[in-house]
Amino acid sequence: MLTIDNLHATVADKPILKGLSLTINPGEVHAIMGPNGAGKSTLGYTLGGRPGYEVTGGSVSFMGQDLLALEPHERAAAGLFLGFQYPVEIPGVSFVQFLREALNAQRKARGEAPLSGGEFLKLAREQAALLKMDMDMLKRPVNVGFSGGEKKRAEMVQMGILNPSLAVLDETDSGLDIDALRVVGEGINAIMRAKNQDGTGKSVLLITHYQRLLDYVKPDFVHVLAGGRIVKSGGPELALALEEQGYEAVTA
Amino acid sequence: MSRSRRLVEDWRYADQSALALLWPLPAPERIVVAPGESVTRALVHEGEGVVQLEVELGAGAVADIRVLSHGAGYGRVEVSATLGEGADFTLGAVQLCDGDAKREVVASVTHAGPDATSRQLVRSVAGGRSSASVLGRIVVDKGADGTDAEQSIRALLLARGASANARPELEIHADDVKCAHGCAVGELDEGALFYMAARGLDPATARALMLQAFIAEPFAGSTMEEQLMGAARTALGAMA
Repeated sequence: MLTIDNLHATVADKPILKGLSLTINPGEVHAIMGPNGAGKSTLGYTLGGRPGYEVTGGSVSFMGQDLLALEPHERAAAGLFLGFQYPVEIPGVSFVQFLREALNAQRKARGEAPLSGGEFLKLAREQAALLKMDMDMLKRPVNVGFSGGEKKRAEMVQMGILNPSLAVLDETDSGLDIDALRVVGEGINAIMRAKNQDGTGKSVLLITHYQRLLDYVKPDFVHVLAGGRIVKSGGPELALALEEQGYEAVTA
Repeated sequence: MSRSRRLVEDWRYADQSALALLWPLPAPERIVVAPGESVTRALVHEGEGVVQLEVELGAGAVADIRVLSHGAGYGRVEVSATLGEGADFTLGAVQLCDGDAKREVVASVTHAGPDATSRQLVRSVAGGRSSASVLGRIVVDKGADGTDAEQSIRALLLARGASANARPELEIHADDVKCAHGCAVGELDEGALFYMAARGLDPATARALMLQAFIAEPFAGSTMEEQLMGAARTALGAMA
């Protein structure tokens, strides 16, 4: 699904990622944990192709394509979804309009027919219900006036509608209360544990500070990111050890 | 400010050489709205020239003026309104400038009687080396208590060489008055553009959505909203 090999990236000429390697196979859930400033969000933005995040070395292969050669919108159409830590407010553009345009742009890029207004609304209603989000929220401007938790829920509704092969979720658990955390965790499972159209499994890369989301979305692998590289990998037990003992003790 | 000095000030951002060719200007069009009556007007001003409207609203009268100003050269739309007791006035204007265009919207709203309401909403988009200017004035005469006036002026610059001028002006001679006003000049939000790209929108579509959202407010609620937005979309599409 995704093979990151010796990735180096800078932000404003400052090296952040310094030789990061990671392989994610179809159907796998990986969690990346790490202290502040380790490069977790930079990894997400670099995979998404955000301007200002410059790759200075290494390679990223996504479903057989050179991910780094694609524009951000082409990466989305190829099946990559980036969940934002801080979803952006866009006044004047409704979620419904935004997501319908986005979905149909992706479908067009893949050579698929666009969804009609009715078909899209049916899909949006299903996905909103899955995340227990009122459909009326999707008629409002993108993220405007949403609480932190509502924005994260809305990210997952978007993920459900766009139905990616790989989701990179940057601190989707931050800003969520206990109930919302469970709803979002169950939403990720429902969307990403389903199969792709071709029968292959979907994959998830969870970027998180805390173990608590991993109670709901059980990872197959847990990695510790520090100083721009993965310094330790293990199974779900690694996340528990981190929670108990802290990064310094576990990575020492 | 004296009347004559103010008149000179109102032309400070004008393209003087273009104006010389247009001078003398024809008399402004006068729209008189009788007490209790209402008038709506949607005006598309394309290219060069000066359009001047003088609106007089009687007691309880309603006037709804929407303007789309776009195209090349020097274009100016000037709207002045005088409101009687309980009258309601709306000006929603969008100007789209590109290349070497110089466009301006000059609005002057006078609350002459009490309890009248007014709104001025102006959105400008300037690309190339163009300049978009907005002069917006609210005057509340003595005795015009209960006035509720609102003014919002925003501009978006699409290129380094483009410029925007905004001059709000409030002149209040009454006590019990609500006047809200705001001014902002900015660029397209890079964060929002990347967010849209991350969801699959190509740069041109993302930009078009953002621009349409930016200019939507002055046309919102107009009976001609769809036509004005349609014309604006076409004009935006022609911008570099």
